Amino acid sequence: MIVLRRIGTGLVVLWVAATAAYLALLAAPGSTVDSIIGDGADTPLIRSQIVQEWHLDRPAVVQYVDYLWRAAHGDLGRSYLLQRPVRDVLGAQLWPTLKLALVAAVLGIALALVLAVTTRRPWSRRVSSTAELVLVSTPPFLIGLVLLSVFSFQLGLFPVSGDRGAAALVLPAVTLALPIAGVLTQVLRDGIDRALDEPFVITARARGLRERAVLARHALRHALLPAVSLLGWLGGTLLGGVVIIETVFGRPGLGQVTLQAVTSEDMPVVLAVVVFSAFAYVVLNTAADLACLVIDPRLRRS
Amino acid sequence: MTLVLDRPLVLRPPRYAGFLVAAGFLVLMLAVVLVPGLFAGDPLAADPMHVLEAPSTAHWFGTDQLGRDVFDRVVHGARHSLAIATAATLLAVVAGVLLGMLAGLAHKYADEALARSFDALSAFPLILLALLFIAIAGPGALSLVVAIGIATLPHYARVVRAQTFVVRQAGYVTQAVAFGRSRLRLVLRHVLPNVLGPVPVIAVIGLGEAILAAAGLSFLGMGTQPPSPEWGAMLSEGRNYLSVAPWVSVLPGVVATLTVIALTVVGRHLQRRVEGRLG
Repeated sequence: MIVLRRIGTGLVVLWVAATAAYLALLAAPGSTVDSIIGDGADTPLIRSQIVQEWHLDRPAVVQYVDYLWRAAHGDLGRSYLLQRPVRDVLGAQLWPTLKLALVAAVLGIALALVLAVTTRRPWSRRVSSTAELVLVSTPPFLIGLVLLSVFSFQLGLFPVSGDRGAAALVLPAVTLALPIAGVLTQVLRDGIDRALDEPFVITARARGLRERAVLARHALRHALLPAVSLLGWLGGTLLGGVVIIETVFGRPGLGQVTLQAVTSEDMPVVLAVVVFSAFAYVVLNTAADLACLVIDPRLRRS
Repeated sequence: MTLVLDRPLVLRPPRYAGFLVAAGFLVLMLAVVLVPGLFAGDPLAADPMHVLEAPSTAHWFGTDQLGRDVFDRVVHGARHSLAIATAATLLAVVAGVLLGMLAGLAHKYADEALARSFDALSAFPLILLALLFIAIAGPGALSLVVAIGIATLPHYARVVRAQTFVVRQAGYVTQAVAFGRSRLRLVLRHVLPNVLGPVPVIAVIGLGEAILAAAGLSFLGMGTQPPSPEWGAMLSEGRNYLSVAPWVSVLPGVVATLTVIALTVVGRHLQRRVEGRLG
């Protein structure tokens, strides 16, 4: 029952998001026909052809329902600029971005877990907290520029731009991972601190468990709950982050497509990216909610 | 009587040291924003004889590709960057408080609809939502303000909605209703002041987030257009000279980062204080 409710809420949020994005499109100044023509030839004949081809003569409500229906089936329309299905345009760029996001996520999560567990002593904790604060407050592109300046230009260890081979993935992934690690470490550390005050930790210690085992097996598991519920945030941060990171490192990907679409007012592509990001967020958030139910039996009772 | 020392006698920095330094930095920033001329010279004065020079006593932050003093530009850029972030945060706070209060006071179904809208709004990553808005409204400082304002509004709306639920149950509200106060007066005099409690603290931290978002979007070329100095735009321009003159792009970024750090430190201090976790 709880599971169904969560999924239902997720669908509602997704619908509202898609509708909001569609309304935003309607609110755009200038007619859709102008956007499609762009810098091309502009005659009344071409105009009427475009209106027919894109079904712009139908009432807005019909167009909206049609848009929802097609979006639900994975059809995101056609790019004004490239005259190709948006799905193909995005699909071609999905893998480089996904690769970067996944590597960054794994790296960020691993770093956060290690830092949260190992920096328990006062001085190391203070150093780590300061580093987290700095990482969380630094614009991601600055981290990228500094890494690029040091490791590519000064030391020549990694390629400056492009997406060739694993070496080109290192700096962008680290750039994307560091702020994530900063936030997650803070959340995990808070969680561990709170868990260490709980009676079950005293029990574990009384059973003679070593402090490291208490941390890893008992406190960390407890601390994972708030971290898992950040899964949706993580997906959103990665998707938003790649737009900037891909620009800094000159990588191909969703971010580059998005930026190009924004500057050339290619609305179907912009809309698709935005709705896709909302979709990813809702899926991850729902997954996180369900994961919390699995991890913590107490939540299932309420 | 024995004196028990529960802690070794080591000289520690005063407890509020971080907060004081951060607050001091913010005061300095405020001064820089209000009277930039006091701290730096002309941000647009080009000097072709001194192009891309490293930081020195003459040019603290070095010079850029046109021989303009980077420090002067950072100082004058503070006004643009912080104005955008502040305006966006103000917009988010005002809209968020109004919508949050509306949701908290509204009928069950209207509340549900608003709450789901806040959820939907925060389902979009900030940068992407802002880019959607910019695709519609075109680039520029005003677009950044509105885009960031809309994108960060759910923070405030959610908190205020939750507060409103608490406040509407309070005795003074029941009493005001019993006294037959008008709805408007009830909302303005009794509900509004009491739901605002946590908002200023969130806004301080939110301002930092807005600075980061504004810098990111300007970096992508969606904000203030050159040659006017703005931190994100400076980073973006300086990027082309990263191999020979990293200071042109890195130092404005460092100042932006310090500002965000200071805001976060002050914000968290205030938060702990509000929550009473401070001795």
